[in-house]
Amino acid sequence: MDFSTFINNLTPAAIFFYVLSFLTILCGLMVVLARNPIHSVLFLIGTFFCLSGHYVLLNAQFLAAVNIIVYAGAIMVLFLFVIMFLNLKQEDEESKTNLVKIAATIVGGTLGVIMVGVLRKSQFGSYNPYEFDSQVGMVESLGNVLYTDYLLPFELASVLFLIAMVGAVMLGRREAGDRHF
Amino acid sequence: MAFSIDAAFIIKAIIILLIFAITLLIATYSTYAERKVAAFIQDRIGPNRAGPFGLLQPIADAVKMFFKEDFIPSHASKWLFILGPCLSMLTALMTSAVIPFGDSVKYEAAPGKVWDVAVQAIDVNIGILYVFGVVSLGVYGIMVGGWASNNKFSLLGAIRAASQNISYEISMGLAIVAILMMTGSLSIRHIVEQQHGGNWNIFYQPIGFVIFITCAFAECNRTPFDLPECETELIGGYHTEYSSMKLGFYLFAEYINMFVSSAMIASLYFGGYNYPGMDWVQAKLIAAMGEITGHNLATLVGTLVFFGKSLFFVFFYMWVRWTLPRFRYDQLMNLGWKGLIPLAIVNVILTGGAILYLKPLVVSLLK
Amino acid sequence: MQLTNRSKQVSNKEMTFAEKIYLPAIITGLGITIKHFFQKKVTISYPEVKKNLGPVFRGRHVLKRDNQGRERCTACGLCAVACPAEAISMVASERQKGEENLYREEKYAAVYEINMLRCIFCGLCEEACPKQAIYLRHDEFVPVFTERDQVIWGKDKLAENMNNRYLRTAWTREEAHEQDLKGIVAQPRTQL
Repeated sequence: MDFSTFINNLTPAAIFFYVLSFLTILCGLMVVLARNPIHSVLFLIGTFFCLSGHYVLLNAQFLAAVNIIVYAGAIMVLFLFVIMFLNLKQEDEESKTNLVKIAATIVGGTLGVIMVGVLRKSQFGSYNPYEFDSQVGMVESLGNVLYTDYLLPFELASVLFLIAMVGAVMLGRREAGDRHF
Repeated sequence: MAFSIDAAFIIKAIIILLIFAITLLIATYSTYAERKVAAFIQDRIGPNRAGPFGLLQPIADAVKMFFKEDFIPSHASKWLFILGPCLSMLTALMTSAVIPFGDSVKYEAAPGKVWDVAVQAIDVNIGILYVFGVVSLGVYGIMVGGWASNNKFSLLGAIRAASQNISYEISMGLAIVAILMMTGSLSIRHIVEQQHGGNWNIFYQPIGFVIFITCAFAECNRTPFDLPECETELIGGYHTEYSSMKLGFYLFAEYINMFVSSAMIASLYFGGYNYPGMDWVQAKLIAAMGEITGHNLATLVGTLVFFGKSLFFVFFYMWVRWTLPRFRYDQLMNLGWKGLIPLAIVNVILTGGAILYLKPLVVSLLK
Repeated sequence: MQLTNRSKQVSNKEMTFAEKIYLPAIITGLGITIKHFFQKKVTISYPEVKKNLGPVFRGRHVLKRDNQGRERCTACGLCAVACPAEAISMVASERQKGEENLYREEKYAAVYEINMLRCIFCGLCEEACPKQAIYLRHDEFVPVFTERDQVIWGKDKLAENMNNRYLRTAWTREEAHEQDLKGIVAQPRTQL
């Protein structure tokens, strides 16, 4: 197919999809390539944004909003918080030995190979526009599925969170002899 | 790819532009109102030199901001330093998109073909979550700006802002959950429509309202929770190094946030554009003016009522600012984690119990 | 030692429930501020509205003339000596023939300058003067200056204008108070 006809035949949604995908991959790459950890975190937030954009394109608005609230709005703020406190400098870059670099390359390469292998093996689900339910990503259907079919995993996850919360409180608890800040 | 331009599209465009312009106008004059309210509460008369009653003061301030030197510290991270105020402004302006400012505008395109356009930029079915998400992003403007300034006071301000916003978002979310349990919808328009007439949520959710408004103060970084910028400890907090219009953006974003959160309080707890006797007013207007004009005028009245409620809460923000002293940091955290979150959870449980047991009882009694 | 009886004993006692939830105290505070919101304002919009400063206020200086319009100052220099800020300087000169209608004594101040940046408006010059030649007006301020050459006031600015003479109604605080009781209004103030 000719490139110009390809461009001309794009629907608005497709244009959004390609622009968003480009931005997602760009931001994802910059997370790894940026030398400053703060910049990395900011690019990661950008990646989450683009992913939320993809959710909106899939008509899953609830997921998009929750993704932004939980990941971009809370978890990444804490990430940024910690990294700002650590105040990592450029000099720390030098401390990485060759061994660390080689190990990182091997681990990253292995992960890459696995992902390419999985992608090659996987079967793409067929898509039938006539059976497509546009409401599938909405809050109501999501809630129905979560509280009927997946009730047990959902509740187990909440118990897991409760345990994590109790653990955090235990860690943060001030002992009798602790210093007051 | 061509958009069809019809009357509904034009009306919608006008509504969006109006909402945008009114938000900016209200934020501009909030600066003036803030100074006047401060002065009145302190037995002074406030700005009165620029124009009659000092009404041109915000314009004079804006001109001053524009003509000041736009200074970037040499050790600052330049792009992030610029990005900070932009993010603050962007997130502040994004929130007003889903707030229903009024009922709907009717327009007869052709005989028998009536367009019904909602007075709202966009009605998404996850309105509250959208506002919540955008508000939770508002802290990035402060964090990025504070870190990029390369100044310890700015960084401390940024970190305070981050921890404060995260802490108070939780109880704010729980307060909203109680509302959601009652209304069963995430769309702000649905929530407002359910409070038709004088059937406002404040009567069902007084505890939730107190929690929500406290958290709204914390999220807007307003006194008594203005720790990120407290002058006495941190010079100016996150905007210590900022000057010119970048500083202006930060300050302006604060006032926009104030207006938007006031509008949210008005629509979630005080019925939005609903007021007691609105059906009677609408019926009278329709009888007097005809179906379409009467409906539109009734909408206008509702919108004015909505703005009245919102502006009252903007005033309330200022009123509280000049009444209460600033919280200490540990008091802030204690209040957030040990006070408001348990209270909000209790409120959720109470609301659930009331819906399960009290509501059938009341309904059966009324029958 | 107790200076006033307004001191309050501070205690570290446990807060009651009503105090712990802050809200009653906050509402009380809001009530106080809203009361002030509607109260009469104490501000005086200065250039438009001027407050009567009382008959013994020490404002700008004036070099008095006598009833025939002759300058009273003899350039004795006592005011300059009395001045704690050393703001006053003068050059004495001898009165020539034909100048009797200008100067009352044989000696007069050819130059009489007060540095308004140094002056602290203490009024000691007024008290030191043996000829009642210098006064601090109770009804006019030294206006704001924007240029350096406006700071030092010479005789052109200090000497009394015979068309708009300066009269003082009271000389002490007690006198002023008495006049207030009798309802005598102090000299209406003139525009600078």
